[in-house]
Formats: sequence, C-alpha cells, structure tokens
Amino acid sequence: MASRIPCPHCGLRPKEEFTVKGAALQRPEAEAGAQAWHDYVYLRDNPRGAYEEYWHHTSGCRRWLVVARNTVTHEVASCRDAAEVKAVTA
Amino acid sequence: MRYSALSIFLNGLFGNRNWAAHWRQPEPKAHYDVIIVGGGGHGLATAYYLSKTFGIRNIAVVEKGYIGSGNVGRNTTIIRSNYLLPGNNPFYEFSMKLWEGLEQDFNFNAMVSQRGVLNLFHSDAQRDAYTRRGNAMRLHGVDAELLDREAVCAMLPFFDYDNARFPIQGGLLQRRGGTVRHDAVAWGYARGADSHGVDILQNCEVTGIRREGGKAVGVETTRGFIGCGKLALAAAGNSSQVVGMAGLKLPIESHVLQAFVSEGLKPFIDSVVTFGAGHFYVSQSDKGGLVFGGDIDGYNSYAQRGNLATVEHVAEAGKAMIPALSRIRVLRSWGGIMDMSMDGSPIIDRVHLDNLYLNAGWCYGGFKATPASGYCFAHLIAKGEPHETAKAFRLDRFQRGYLIDEKGQGAQPNLH
Ligand SMILES: Cc1cc2nc3c(=O)[nH]c(=O)nc-3n(C[C@H](O)[C@H](O)[C@H](O)COP(=O)(O)OP(=O)(O)OC[C@H]3O[C@@H](n4cnc5c(N)ncnc54)[C@H](O)[C@@H]3O)c2cc1C
Ligand SMILES: [Zn+2]
Repeated sequence: MASRIPCPHCGLRPKEEFTVKGAALQRPEAEAGAQAWHDYVYLRDNPRGAYEEYWHHTSGCRRWLVVARNTVTHEVASCRDAAEVKAVTA
Repeated sequence: MRYSALSIFLNGLFGNRNWAAHWRQPEPKAHYDVIIVGGGGHGLATAYYLSKTFGIRNIAVVEKGYIGSGNVGRNTTIIRSNYLLPGNNPFYEFSMKLWEGLEQDFNFNAMVSQRGVLNLFHSDAQRDAYTRRGNAMRLHGVDAELLDREAVCAMLPFFDYDNARFPIQGGLLQRRGGTVRHDAVAWGYARGADSHGVDILQNCEVTGIRREGGKAVGVETTRGFIGCGKLALAAAGNSSQVVGMAGLKLPIESHVLQAFVSEGLKPFIDSVVTFGAGHFYVSQSDKGGLVFGGDIDGYNSYAQRGNLATVEHVAEAGKAMIPALSRIRVLRSWGGIMDMSMDGSPIIDRVHLDNLYLNAGWCYGGFKATPASGYCFAHLIAKGEPHETAKAFRLDRFQRGYLIDEKGQGAQPNLH
C-alpha cells in the first residue's frame, strides 16, 4: 500500500488513519432480485491493476472515500468523497 | 531413481555429484489429455494423483514461473485438521491421513513433523467455543485434547499467563498437527508426477483460454498454443485472472499475507502455537528460526509484499503472548497472494464449461490441504464426480445459501 492517502478534506494523511472496506460497487435496488444481490455481495472483478474501493477516514474526518488504487504497484491515483462519486466501477 | 539409505550413503561417498535431476524440462507437446494451470502444491499434487492413482498419463502442469515460486514456497508450513464444520472436517482429516503416509508414498523426505498444534484460549466464552470444536473433531474421529492452564504452562512455561487483558486459560491441542517442509512438498509431488510421465512446463504463462462450443480446447501460453482434453485451474492467488480468461467472475478477492522468520535460536518452541486474543501463530524451524505470522494486510493486492503497519501489529501480538520475543531479531519477511473466498472456504468444482475444472479459494489455509486438494481435484477430473470428502466445496453454494463459514469471515477486511 502507498503509505499516504490524499483525503480531499484532510490532505495527505498516513494510511494507518484509514480503514479499508473493499470494492466500491453500485448497490442494487432493494427489489433487484436474488441474482443481482448475489453478484453484488459475492462476485468480484478482483482486477490486477486499477481498482476503486471504499476507505473510511476513521481517525480523521470520518468521511467515506472512494480511493482509486493500483493493486500491483499500490499507487493511489485519486481519492474522492464517496458522496460526490455518482457512477463508480461495478 | 528411488531414494534409500543405501543410495544416500553411496552418493555421499562420491561427493553427491551423481544425483540425477528430479524432473525433466520437456518441450510442450501439441496436445494433452489434461492441462493443469499452476505449478503450486495443489497443481502438482493433482498431477501426481491423476497419473498415479487415476491412471491418466498424458498430462501437463503449466507454471508461469518456476515450481514452488508461489504460495507453496511462501507459507508457514502448518498442517492441522482441527475444523468444526461437517463440510470441512472430513476433508482436512483426509488430508492429514495423506500427510501421514506421504513420504513413503512419493519416496521423498518432506520432513512431516507431527509436533502438535495448540490453540490458546483466553476467556470463558473462547474455552466453550474451543470445547465445542474439540468435541466436533472427536465425533469425526479426529484427535483433540482440551488443556487447562497448568497443562499449557507445563508445556510452554515462558508465555505471559497473567497478562491483564489476555490471561491464558488453556488451549485446544491437536497432537497430530504440526509442520511440513513446504518446498519439499512441491519437489516431491513434481518428482512423483514426472516419474509417471507428467510434463512440468515451467516459465510458461497461460495468457488465454481458447473456447469452442462450450468447451475449453486449449490454452494460449508464452510458449505457444497447447491443446487439451480437459482443463484444470489451480492458480491460487491468481485464480480470478486465469478464470477470467474463460469469462467467469469468482467470489474471490486477492490479498497479501506476510510471514516472518527470526534469527536462529536454540530449541525454544517444540510445537505450533496460536494466540487466541489476536492473530499470531509461531513455530520453530529445524534451523532454529522462529517462523511466525498473523493477519492479511486487508486491502486487495497482487504485489507479494506487505505493509509495515502489519509487521508492527504481528510483532505486538507475538510479544503479548511471549514477552521474550522482544529480544529476538527478525531476519526476513515476505508476502504471498491469497485467493480469499467470500466464506473463507475453498472451491473444488466443475464450472461453466463442460471440461473446465476449478480449484481455488484456499485463503491462508491451503497448504495443509495440499494432498487432499490434489487427490479430490484429480478424482473430480478423472471421474466427473466429486470425492466424498469434497462435496461441499461447490461454486454455486453462494447462490444456494450453503456457505461454509467456519470462522464467520471471508475476504472482506472488515470481517477479519
Ligand atoms: C505467508 C503465508 C503463510 C501461509 N501459511 C499457511 C500455513 O501455515 N498453513 C496452511 O495450510 N496454509 C498456509 N498458507 C496458504 C497456502 O500457502 C496456500 O493456500 C496454498 O499454497 C495455495 O495453493 P498452491 O500451493 O497451489 O499455490 P501456489 O504455490 O501459489 O500455486 C499457484 C501457481 O499458479 C501459478 N500461476 C498463476 N497464474 C498463472 C498463469 N497465468 N499461468 C501459469 N501459471 C500461473 C503461480 O505462479 C503459482 O506458482 C500461507 C500462505 C502465505 C502466503
Ligand atoms: Zn479525511
């Protein structure tokens, strides 16, 4: 992992302040059906390379963030507030 | 060539210069009956049992690096069968029985050492949970003993028994558990498979899966196209990548797990011990180094190296259990990429193409499973039916709601 994450609210902060949640997926509608929910809960692209995931700035502003990160080099490409991210990777 | 006391003595007389290579370095053939992708423990064991037990001879194991360069050569070598759930317990016990006869079977010294695996407990609730697990093991015919504090103290007097937060109340001991020299497992299976005619193709990366009419007809590799009758995938941490070449998405995330070894010490710990109040486990290698580890780092990774925060966390957990560790220097640390499944249990199944088989989702516990995983996967490939002990490891269990949640945790870091 990159050792620092650029929080849009707090600036460049050590990664130990953050808690990772995992893939930033689009949550299905409540009535979307069993298949859509199965895919959302269990299936993962698990890419080797660019990846978008939720991180919580637990020891900082406590906002949920979407971090774009490379799973091979661990470089962070961008970090946005989750509320501002409309369409994220599926 | 078979190993015997005599062959070792005679070769010693001539300065050990006359040993033959353990396996050939063949050129890929145009077509194999079965291609196994991944020359880790599971792929090599599958090839061994397919050729030896199930009589299929025209087999290739395709490995992108050299055999043993993946997790089979990176793990902390612990074997055990102390599982609670019916889907798991018979399978891991089958594996333990295979370990017990393995060295005679493949005529190679894998240093199988049944030195005992002890899980410490630190609270009444944890004692009850361990008692339940021990009882479940015994009902399945697996050995388990519940030790009280005094019995643990007699075995390992230098632990911190009166730690204010994590006092040691006792432990669940499986005496038949222990350690096995990990790379010797890869070499032993490779040598055994090769002697039954299996081609082990190293430095040969699979880059695509060619499909025709609902079947896999072969693999594109860095050494050209190779055709196959059946295709078996055992790529561990890279499972999503390889299965993705056949257009399937898995309930798996790849995560990095680190391990550590200390400088060599005099005899210190003669069993495997796990801390119950944090994730830490330790054993001592025959060279004297303490081999230990803890949790996965927690974020998706294909990097085979981890973060310092995890190193610190593991060291803290270790010191909480054994204060004397604070004086020990760490020699090396490394990482491996784990195929973390969503319920923490593996998949051994035929998947969406008629002749495509998948072996994945071993998380950080697949080394102990190597013999049974190879055997059961070979059984499935040869006979088209799951082995009796591996019936629960189906891919569709997530859809049907039959998760095997041994520890109630999967890939998601917040579940750990
Ligand atoms: C630090 C660490 C500690 C562990 N400790 C334990 C333990 O104490 N006990 C235990 O039971 N388990 C443990 N494990 C887990 C265990 O090591 C793994 O679950 C198990 O080794 C995985 O199976 P394998 O041996 O077949 O994997 P691997 O050895 O990783 O084999 C997979 C192979 O597939 C190859 N491959 C991938 N993609 C391709 C491709 N496209 N083309 C060709 N080849 C490809 C890779 O190069 C690799 O050699 C640990 C793991 C790690 C990393
Ligand atoms: Zn912040």
